Amino acid sequence: MKTNMTEYLAIDLESELWCCRKCEHELASARGNYKEGLLVYDRDPREIHKPIINPDLYEYTFAPDPEWCRILEYYCPNCATQIEVEYLPPGHPPMFDMEFDIDSLKERYLERKGQKA
Amino acid sequence: MATEFKNEEELVKKFLNETTLFLGPEPDFMQDHTLASITEREKVAIRNADPSVLSVTRSKMQAGTNESFEMLEQIGAAPGAKWGDLISCLFTAKGDLSIVSSGGVLLFAACVQYGVKYIVKHWLNDPDVGVKPGDIFYYNDARYGGVHNTDQVLIMPYFHEGELIAWISTIVHEGENGAVEPGGMPSAAEQVYDQGLAISPIKIGENYQFYKDIVTFFQNSVREPKLMVVDLKAKLYAALRIEQRVAEAIEEYGVDPVIAVLRKTLDDTVDEVKRRVSQWPDGTVRMMGVADSTLRENCLIKVNLELKKKGDVLTLDFRGSSPEFANRPNNAVTSALKGTLGQLFLSYVWPDLPRNQAVLAPMEVIVDEKSVFNPSFEVPNSQSMMTMWPAFSVTQAALAKFLYNSPEKSTNVIAPWYNMITTCIYGGVTQHGETVGNLCADLNGMSGGARDGMDGEHSIAPLFAPMAEQGEQEQIEEEVPIIQLSRRIMKDNQGFGQYRGGQGYQMFLTQQDSDFFGFMTTTIGSKYPSAHGIFGGYGAPTYPLCKIKGVNVFDVLKNEPEKMAFTTEEIMNNQPLEDATYSTHHTGLQFELAEEGEIYIITQGAGGGYGDVLDRDPNMVMKDVEEDLISQTTANDIYKVFYDPETLVLDWETTEVTRKKEREARKKRGVPFNEFINNWVTEKPAEHLPFYGSWSDRSVVYAGSTEKIMEEGKLKSVMMPNPKDVQISKLEKEIQSLKK
Repeated sequence: MKTNMTEYLAIDLESELWCCRKCEHELASARGNYKEGLLVYDRDPREIHKPIINPDLYEYTFAPDPEWCRILEYYCPNCATQIEVEYLPPGHPPMFDMEFDIDSLKERYLERKGQKA
Repeated sequence: MATEFKNEEELVKKFLNETTLFLGPEPDFMQDHTLASITEREKVAIRNADPSVLSVTRSKMQAGTNESFEMLEQIGAAPGAKWGDLISCLFTAKGDLSIVSSGGVLLFAACVQYGVKYIVKHWLNDPDVGVKPGDIFYYNDARYGGVHNTDQVLIMPYFHEGELIAWISTIVHEGENGAVEPGGMPSAAEQVYDQGLAISPIKIGENYQFYKDIVTFFQNSVREPKLMVVDLKAKLYAALRIEQRVAEAIEEYGVDPVIAVLRKTLDDTVDEVKRRVSQWPDGTVRMMGVADSTLRENCLIKVNLELKKKGDVLTLDFRGSSPEFANRPNNAVTSALKGTLGQLFLSYVWPDLPRNQAVLAPMEVIVDEKSVFNPSFEVPNSQSMMTMWPAFSVTQAALAKFLYNSPEKSTNVIAPWYNMITTCIYGGVTQHGETVGNLCADLNGMSGGARDGMDGEHSIAPLFAPMAEQGEQEQIEEEVPIIQLSRRIMKDNQGFGQYRGGQGYQMFLTQQDSDFFGFMTTTIGSKYPSAHGIFGGYGAPTYPLCKIKGVNVFDVLKNEPEKMAFTTEEIMNNQPLEDATYSTHHTGLQFELAEEGEIYIITQGAGGGYGDVLDRDPNMVMKDVEEDLISQTTANDIYKVFYDPETLVLDWETTEVTRKKEREARKKRGVPFNEFINNWVTEKPAEHLPFYGSWSDRSVVYAGSTEKIMEEGKLKSVMMPNPKDVQISKLEKEIQSLKK
């Protein structure tokens, strides 16, 4: 009784848990923030978007300014799939980005499966 | 005494009721994106309609708008018209936009109805103005329903046997409009009066003829008087083609089917939007983004979005976003924001729906007064795109989290499109001696976001017009002195992911054969990426403006061609032209004169990535390597894909082992979320961040520093200092410290 919410996240409607779709690892309460079940890494954006032109010569280099922007990478603690990425100013609270009505999801799931009129 | 006072009070009330000082765009009117109430006439027409007749009538009217679009694209003089930055449309008698041409700038479909409704409200029954067959109305002031004043809207009523049954409109991004900078989209505008011609909806002709005195006034107000008159006529004739097709539809099928089609198309769209939204999971999705510049200075301008969906109602709540800027043009009037949202739903979520304003009608949009998404009447908006397109991207990324679970989808789930107008706006005197001010069509070369199961397309189309073109460079060079020395897809300019975003091209721009010519660039995203990835995919990188000044590249190409390089990396890092100065800047360049042969380099951005980079099929990585889209460093460091650089044969074993090691490394470096946020989250923005918007609490809005705090719902305009004064002050302090 799982319903897929993103490429990597599902909600188990029976146990009411967020799960990783790659390894089925149970992450966090589906009534709360799935991020609470993940590992986070504060990435210097220059490691992903590398300077194309010489940072010793120029202020703007094609790489984001690490003083202004950080990349938070969220990994499944079991299979290490990168489930989400968030670009934030340093110190900005991560977004509680998905908060679904679990009772309504259950009802819709059963309706789709023809188990409820 | 009391009686006299009462009489006086009544007298004042009577005077105030009967006297109007100024008919502006009333705030309540401009915030209302719902449909007008259905009329008895429309109800009867729909009740009597035969569905098969409605279908063919609708097709005829749709074909009429399409024909008008094609015609206007051919005969319009504005560069924007030639490349498809226009639209042709039909409205109900009450002014709701119902049918839009299949090509063109779709975002107009959800924002120009306000101008038509203004005419219905104020001029239809006005004894001095009135509306009769053959009348021509016109406006360009975005505060009456639009994006910015460079878009000019021609409107005509359609009468049948004395009964007003529809409105027709043709709209073109005209460019030049007499603003403080050439080209119609001044980034230097500090007040609405710097934005050039500002026409509220007015009558500019009757009996299908323009008033010569009004046209003369318009021509005297802009740098390109010839363009002004040519495109007035082009828009009129394109509107007349729609009029002709509506007349034919009435002759063939009767007037009632035409009235019924115009209204029923809207009501059917509302019903279908509700049905589709009801399939999404109930709940809340939140997302934020940052616009990193006003185009005058870098700062962090927050776009805050909470999407709530319950039943068949979707609410888009932008509260917590940045306050408005009193003297910067990056404020988006609410109609521009809603046009953007309409565009997003009609192009990227439900492209199979009829294209009209009703797509937004059942949705709620909440914006704070005096925020960048509901600015005051007095603040400039000529670069509204600098906040409304970040709002587009934030909404696009958020919608993916509703759509993925929907059992029925009209498109693949998609990561955000690139969202900035990377091109040169130009002005000056051409090689033919003509004064011009306009823009090049490269803004239409935005890259597509990655989709579920598919990479994004390179420099394919602007997010606001899926069928626009990037123009013929040779044709541009014949008309204006702009030369593109190089135009190639930039290596490693990619939104990385399991499916990667499309890549943008780099432009080396210069001018030749003019003694007076210059450029502007108007994009954000030089310090903080403007387009996002989804589901673990990365966003776009950032983009600088590179300048190579004090050199004439045409002399170099003639005398020492071997010195020239045609990638930013080579020319900026190696600095092969000895006498030149090399510099990089944020991409908000106010109008600047360029000498012949000086080089300006700008880069079209990448679409967002989709999914984990370690899930990307190594064969797809190799295809990008083979096509020179990514370097070996990117293949190795980002995708953990290894190959023989000589033969390009994939090394499966090393790839598999390295990817496994990377997964283990992620587990080691990753910190449990609750532990992470204890160390990461700060109570307020760091002192060094010029941050505008809410931080942890939506009701507390920062305005550039931790000392400047506003309350949600009670926002105030932010006045920015002149960047040159800031620079002078900094230099003076340096001088003082050196003197000591």
